[in-house]
Amino acid sequence: MQLTDHERAMLDGAEGRAKQKAMELLVRYAEALGAERFVDVTNVAGVPAQPTPFLAAYYKDFPGGQHAIFSHFDLDSDELVEMPHVVTRACHLQGGYDPDNWELLGASAEAAARGREGERYASERGIEILKTCTPYLVGNVPKRGEHCAWMESSAVVYCNAVLGARTNTEGRESTSAAMLTGKIPYWGLHVDECRRGTHRIDVEIEIDSVMDWGMLGYFVGDVVQERIPVLTGIAKRPDLTRYKHFGAAAASSGGVEMYHIVGITPEAPTVEDAFGGNAPVEVFRYDAAARRRTYEALNANATDPDVDYVMLGCPHASLEQIEEACRLLDGRRISPSCRLWIFTSRAVRRRADEAGLTDVIRKAGGHLLTDTCSAIGLAVPPGTKVAALDSAKQVHYLPAMTGIQAWFGSTADCIDAALTGRWRGALR
Amino acid sequence: MSVRDQHGASPTRTMLQERQEAERIVLRGRKVVGGCAEGEALVTRQTISGWGGVHAQSGTIIETRHELRGQSFKDKVLVFRGAKGSSGWSVVFHTARLAGSAPKALVFNEMTTKVALGAVVMRVPAVTGLDRDPLEIIETGDWVRVDGDAGTVEVVKRRVATEDRR
Repeated sequence: MQLTDHERAMLDGAEGRAKQKAMELLVRYAEALGAERFVDVTNVAGVPAQPTPFLAAYYKDFPGGQHAIFSHFDLDSDELVEMPHVVTRACHLQGGYDPDNWELLGASAEAAARGREGERYASERGIEILKTCTPYLVGNVPKRGEHCAWMESSAVVYCNAVLGARTNTEGRESTSAAMLTGKIPYWGLHVDECRRGTHRIDVEIEIDSVMDWGMLGYFVGDVVQERIPVLTGIAKRPDLTRYKHFGAAAASSGGVEMYHIVGITPEAPTVEDAFGGNAPVEVFRYDAAARRRTYEALNANATDPDVDYVMLGCPHASLEQIEEACRLLDGRRISPSCRLWIFTSRAVRRRADEAGLTDVIRKAGGHLLTDTCSAIGLAVPPGTKVAALDSAKQVHYLPAMTGIQAWFGSTADCIDAALTGRWRGALR
Repeated sequence: MSVRDQHGASPTRTMLQERQEAERIVLRGRKVVGGCAEGEALVTRQTISGWGGVHAQSGTIIETRHELRGQSFKDKVLVFRGAKGSSGWSVVFHTARLAGSAPKALVFNEMTTKVALGAVVMRVPAVTGLDRDPLEIIETGDWVRVDGDAGTVEVVKRRVATEDRR
């Protein structure tokens, strides 16, 4: 592959061992992809040096502490190196434990302390500790055309499709290496031609609610897998929350990293622009029957109507979504047989605190939590058997990871379940 | 040189070897990660979700509606369509390597950043872009040898491989 003088120098160790190891990893990765060169990235989102329970235990006896996890895992280096300051804008995505509520989430004091230590380690090296899967909700909004290296599939698809910035779905190792070097393989969605649509989805019914957008996303991901869908027939422009739920769902049932909505998203003023003059490989219809099938697939895992856990905030709730939950709670208390956890970012939580929303949720018997979610943190309330969720993504993952049942419905269905302890959701 | 000339073995063995020769299939593609490894194939036509779809410490597929649900890829040659889902794909397969539950090699059809990075940090031979669809040719239980550097996948069909080992 072709390297610039600067890239070659980093690979040769002119800028230290850590950058050398980062470049070695990036070269192996680029060669695996078949990329011919790197592109400069200015915005990197990952989880550098995060001490997960497994990694903390695994590297316990290795010399170097946090540096060991960063060297051996993040950079996949057999040699111990010291992590230097990052060279790009860099942020830390979700993971770990809510620093104020780790006990509720079932973490040990030791794990919580380890989390704080990991956070300090990253922060001291120039990484913004956003602790969210929705960096675009809390001030990290890349510009159109900006080359990025992001993890978190729901954020990646938002970055590409909604913002028109450019990133593949990167992993922990590649983002950690990119933060140190400002480089990522020039491949896939960094390249103009690779951003064009491949499959057309003719949407024949009105898509309005957040739940509608989640179901449409789940359908689209299932039929196109990791290809690029172009949606036609969308009359009403989605808001940020709807984009968030659509993309997260499409990136769970499939591997959608980019999509176009004709007349709405930035790279699709027309169908021709969206496809770049190519013909669609395949065309799918999303009609009332497809919507029903999607709803049934999302609810296939649940049979027991007695709900003992309601989780909202996947991807992390926006302030508007927290307001909506509070409005639906309407001053009532949740059922004694049910728990309500709502997940968001630290920044949104602070706004919710200031607006009195956190108190509303607390008085209703629920909790507003940050940094993580039930799937990422493998944290559900003790004894949970049946959950109710308003996120297609969370329904896709949580039952598989924890063995519980999960219902999918609207936020209103979920709050109703929290208040009554019963699932009464339906496709409306 | 025929097998018969080379070995002058008993008629039974020779016939077996001839059959094995006939059933030995070589697919040619390109290197993703170098090195050689062989083992029993575990095949799925479906894409695999890493984070949330695989239990890393045991190498078991856990995705609710996956055709391999409950099966482990530990020490198998994993033959699959490609990767999907969370960006935690590489972390899960990287963790599987540390836990000793990684597959021995990867053979896959569709290149993505997830599968490329996962293969790199798993440090197992990996090949893609094969001249024939490996999902049409390789079945679970077949014996497969992956030469990452040469970009080749050698397949011995299960029936013959079993007889040969007797």
